[in-house]
Amino acid sequence: MKGLPTRDAYGKAIAVLGERHENVYVVDCDIGKSCKTIDFKQRFPEQYVNVGIAEQNGCGLAAGLATCGKIPFVTTYAVFGSMRMLEQIRQEVCYPNLNVKIACSHGGLTPANDGASHQGIEDLGIMRTIPNMTVVVPADYYSAYALVIAAGESHHGPLYIRFTRDATPFIYDETETFEIGKAKILSEGTDITIISNGDVLSFCIAAKDNLEQSGYSVRLLDMHTIKPLDVEAVMTSIRTTKGIVTVEDHTILNGLGSAVSDIVAQEGGCRVARIGIRDQFGESAPYERLLEKNGITVDEIVKQALRLIG
Amino acid sequence: MKQTDDQVVFLEHKAKELRKTILTMIHTAQSGHPGGSLSAADIMATLYFEELNIRPDDPHWEDRDRFVLSKGHVCPVLYSCLAMRDFIPMEAIHTLRKEGSMLQGHPDMKRCPGVDISTGSLGQGLSTAVGMALAGKRDGKSYRVFSLVGDGESQEGQIWEAVQSAVKYRLDNLIIIVDNNGLQNDATCEEVMPLGDLAAKFSAFGCTVQSIDGHSIPQIRKAFATTRDDNKGKPHCIVAKTVKGKGVSFMEHVVAWHGTPPNDAQFAQAMVELEGGVR
Repeated sequence: MKGLPTRDAYGKAIAVLGERHENVYVVDCDIGKSCKTIDFKQRFPEQYVNVGIAEQNGCGLAAGLATCGKIPFVTTYAVFGSMRMLEQIRQEVCYPNLNVKIACSHGGLTPANDGASHQGIEDLGIMRTIPNMTVVVPADYYSAYALVIAAGESHHGPLYIRFTRDATPFIYDETETFEIGKAKILSEGTDITIISNGDVLSFCIAAKDNLEQSGYSVRLLDMHTIKPLDVEAVMTSIRTTKGIVTVEDHTILNGLGSAVSDIVAQEGGCRVARIGIRDQFGESAPYERLLEKNGITVDEIVKQALRLIG
Repeated sequence: MKQTDDQVVFLEHKAKELRKTILTMIHTAQSGHPGGSLSAADIMATLYFEELNIRPDDPHWEDRDRFVLSKGHVCPVLYSCLAMRDFIPMEAIHTLRKEGSMLQGHPDMKRCPGVDISTGSLGQGLSTAVGMALAGKRDGKSYRVFSLVGDGESQEGQIWEAVQSAVKYRLDNLIIIVDNNGLQNDATCEEVMPLGDLAAKFSAFGCTVQSIDGHSIPQIRKAFATTRDDNKGKPHCIVAKTVKGKGVSFMEHVVAWHGTPPNDAQFAQAMVELEGGVR
């Protein structure tokens, strides 16, 4: 399958935003090369800041810029963006509800060779917990591009968006449109719903094809925004299918599966099977091996779907 | 700088009024931080009644000077300034720390006019001040950004991250004022975590540093004037030696008054002392 890392889409989109809006800033933390902000830096030096290896200051500085009408994109890796500067995000961005975007590459297990220290597997759950924060996880290059543009142009307030280090397969094309907070319905179905996002959505497409070949009807959602969650899309899944399988490149705790389960627990109506990282750290290993160790595979998605269909 | 006696007396009077307002609001709330509010009163009086270019009727005026209270827990001194400058009604001081109040326990920019950024978690405010100063430079504006930082707060590593970025971006429109009162929550700074020579540290990072008596209005005014005239690309730091609890005999130099409100008798005595304390 052909594909590109979603961080590449960030690099392209942020440069487009920089060109269109002179108040769009990038605040880098010395990993601009890895996070693909170099084109932006070279073309818009007056809108570019690099604070060095000092993420906490980068976040606070961005908050100060935002009070002066700038739209800063603080750019780093998911581990640092969600944890090293967590309290700065809470106090200086989310509490005053400032228009600061936290743009993080190396989300989930995709920095596979780097090992556990660089695999951001808790970021979405942490960010989801903070009031006023919007949390976005694009699945492929084209959706990442569109969602970064949307973050800069049609969303006001704190927003966390996560990209992959490694290539993810193309799912959409450049004509597809995305709205933050609204799930993308990839297929309608009546037997089972699969809800996913990020780099593992492609596994769900393969699982859907597999299930359809066996005669099952699958509803598949790209829940690219896990906060605010598209509650209506989940409610429709509860009403129209026999169960929901969630699949995410994130710890099983507090991420997409938990967000969906929150709704199901409240409304009742179906069971949920959550597939994700099983409350354990990763290691240096091939990406596919890391996913296998956590049961994030096409076979497991099919198995869990069949279990819920009964 | 020629200092007219009238202006010094005026600012000293404002500082006294600030101290009375601080104690009134903390006494009413029976909650808050008197010690560090009192130590900063002379600096804050000079800022809000002379130095800052601000418009009470237009608190979001985009060319205004910014003020960032990085040591956010001493907001009673900020709120007193805002009330005395008519950013907020004077009656509001009786609502400190009460439900629904614009005067939250720590400054909230969304609720209180004149608060340029919400603070309260130590070490973070100075970074936001750097962002404001950088935006001013990039936008070609002449406003300046003042930030009051605690000496204990300087134990936070983020303070030094912020300083290094201010130096890198040549932010001579940033004035960092250290309220060097020598005490913190648990004990003296010396006992909790010695700060060493703060002036030397800021200087080593690349700031232009002045060391002054933070209770001398003439020295505070002179220090601000120096920062105004010095635009050589270095951020400014004023290390202001102060006394925690300044102006109330039984609060001065006493750690316990960091975050304790006065009872009725203590409040009454403090107000008498302050009333007689016009220099």
